[in-house]
Amino acid sequence: MSDLLLAALLVLLVVVALAAVRADDLLIAVLALGAYGFVMALTWAAIGAADVSFTEAVVGAGATTVFMLAALLRTTRRRSPAAPGLRWAVLVVVAVVGVQLLGLMAAMPPWGDPAAPAAVHVSPRYLADVLRETGTPNAVTAVLADYRSYDTLIETVVIFTAGVGCWLLLARAHR
Amino acid sequence: MIERHESIVVTTFVRLAVPLAQLFGLYVLVHGHESPGGGFQAGVILAGSYIMLALGLGHETLTRHVDEPRWMALAAAGVLLYVAAGLAGLPRGAFLDYAGLPVNGVRARWLGILLIETGVTLAVTTTLVVIFCRLAARERAS
Repeated sequence: MSDLLLAALLVLLVVVALAAVRADDLLIAVLALGAYGFVMALTWAAIGAADVSFTEAVVGAGATTVFMLAALLRTTRRRSPAAPGLRWAVLVVVAVVGVQLLGLMAAMPPWGDPAAPAAVHVSPRYLADVLRETGTPNAVTAVLADYRSYDTLIETVVIFTAGVGCWLLLARAHR
Repeated sequence: MIERHESIVVTTFVRLAVPLAQLFGLYVLVHGHESPGGGFQAGVILAGSYIMLALGLGHETLTRHVDEPRWMALAAAGVLLYVAAGLAGLPRGAFLDYAGLPVNGVRARWLGILLIETGVTLAVTTTLVVIFCRLAARERAS
């Protein structure tokens, strides 16, 4: 049942992605992209990654959709036609990268493999000691905010920097 | 410019839903230790509540509550709170090692996590709201 659900979600993911790419009205494209984020969140939830699912739901399906809608308000709903030569160039790039990605995927460990490199390195130590060391039952929070807090610090700085950049750029556009 | 929605159903719903969303955002922040979520998700939910305010009651209502320079200063304060929580442990340990916080045992790490998550929430909420404010400030130029 879980496999069936996951397969259905992945098919839906491809469908909404195609809808987002194919739509001539950019409003439809943005809404399809929001739906993509939501299906992605459901996919993460279906494979048990609750924290990632949560983030995807609020950011991928929520915040980015609203930001893109606001951007459409300031620009236009119509898609500008792509040059025919560019379309073929894009097709070639996508085909080459896609084949390479599919080839690499074959070399990845299967999902949920307990012998995968990611599952045998530091993860077992975190899972075994997280409650004793940090008093935090949610291991994801403990890893993000304690064991790997340098990463999260830099991420926060990145968000702040992006905010200052957007703020200054968009403020200037008015004058 | 996003105008106030003319339907009383929408405006009444927004008035009810905004405080609930903010309460949920705070819950996600302080309950991140136990359940999915944490500072980042809480920040986006809180920002979402402000965006909902603008969509329902109009952009002017949002700008009445959001002083952009002050909010960007708050974003910086969030980053600084993170750094300060890291520095607090420095005398008795390393940067971002919460064992140095003046709390005994495992609660120090628990508190350290809460402090930096609060910083993240502050930075994310203010940044997203200010970007939305700027982005939605005016409709297309032509």
